[in-house]
Amino acid sequence: MNSGLLSEIGALTVEHLTLVLVSMAMAIAAAVPAGILITRRARWRPWVLGFANVMQTIPSLALFGFLIPVPLIGGIGKRTAIVALVLYALLPILRNTLAGILGVDAAVRESAVAMGMTGVQILWRVEMPLAARTILAGIRVATVTTIGTATIAAAIGGGGLGVFIFRGIASVDTTQILAGAVPAACIALAADGALGLLERRWSV
Amino acid sequence: MEFRAANYRIGAREILRPLTLTVEAGETLVLLGRSGSGKTTALKMVNGLLAPASGEVLVDGRATTAWDPVRLKRRIGYVIQDIGLFPHYTVAENVGLVPQLEGWDKARIQARVEALLRQVGLDPHQFAARYPRELSGGQRQRVGVARALAADPTVLLFDEPFGAVDPVTRLDLQKQFLALRRELGKTSIFVTHDVREALMLATRVALLKNGALEVVSTPRAFLESRNPEALAFSECLDWKAPQS
Repeated sequence: MNSGLLSEIGALTVEHLTLVLVSMAMAIAAAVPAGILITRRARWRPWVLGFANVMQTIPSLALFGFLIPVPLIGGIGKRTAIVALVLYALLPILRNTLAGILGVDAAVRESAVAMGMTGVQILWRVEMPLAARTILAGIRVATVTTIGTATIAAAIGGGGLGVFIFRGIASVDTTQILAGAVPAACIALAADGALGLLERRWSV
Repeated sequence: MEFRAANYRIGAREILRPLTLTVEAGETLVLLGRSGSGKTTALKMVNGLLAPASGEVLVDGRATTAWDPVRLKRRIGYVIQDIGLFPHYTVAENVGLVPQLEGWDKARIQARVEALLRQVGLDPHQFAARYPRELSGGQRQRVGVARALAADPTVLLFDEPFGAVDPVTRLDLQKQFLALRRELGKTSIFVTHDVREALMLATRVALLKNGALEVVSTPRAFLESRNPEALAFSECLDWKAPQS
């Protein structure tokens, strides 16, 4: 393996990680509050979950393609790729936030109310700590999926390890495909392991 | 504390018919009745977990609906069968929660927690740092009582608190309850379907049936009541299976 390929792997890995980290930060920032909201507003639940569900059912390559003509968020490049990755990551986080909070023991919640805790206190001191493990499990699933899906970002000029894969497919060059696929798989395994450890640490 | 024609409905069904009842300071009023008799509903109207459909419940002379809901609940200790201890908090953190919400300083909370644990018969050095899952059912129930007492509430509510423990532990907890009452003299309302427990703990028994108040009397007078529901409960005390 030549040093040119190695340094390109390094650069594209960094680019790939950036795509994933930015997308996940945005997905968490959107899906966790939305998940909390729909524990309070049962009537909004089917709409919010439905939206995230539909996003997830669109084949990922198609979702990237659909976004190109959309004004403001669309076009060719990283921004479009990040929007697609965020939309894709919403569902597991949303669903686990909802399940985690609704799963808090009714007696625990009742005694929190009866002790005179305010809604905000119940959320931060009781519901979120008890739901943390489930929410984190959703984030873990979303992260691992996003690391894989982010390889498609290259198809719309988003960069990342997918660049190798698409180039390898076009030139029927297995080395190129592996140069993209192996680091992506390694990142996914590492993220899964690290988040798994965190999940166990947070178990109550 | 007083119920003034307070009732409660779910849809068209009247769970609790207009209830008028005064609870004297320092007494233990036991609400006795079968499942679905409305006793828990009546209890939950005292700390504002439920609001009466009509009529009112007065706490310290003021209707529960006129209280700030958070202030009202912090003045009233509440112990339930499932206890509802926070699994992610230690015993000390559970017991110290309301004082902490009330903004007490750390040293005062710690002193209070230790005193309360001793009061309910748990050694603070042994139990303060444990988590609820590391306790037996009876120990958890004691922590539940300590937590309810933490901010020195004026009124204590008990919703079948000893229902889920074995009879030997239950008797221990009942004795503890009587000892605490002698020591603290708090006004308490205690819900149970166990007539033996009712007669043991009550200064007065209020018997409910299908959401209506049937009898209010001292334990002694309760045993002499001719009310059919009171007789049905009294029979539970001394009925013996015929010897074959």
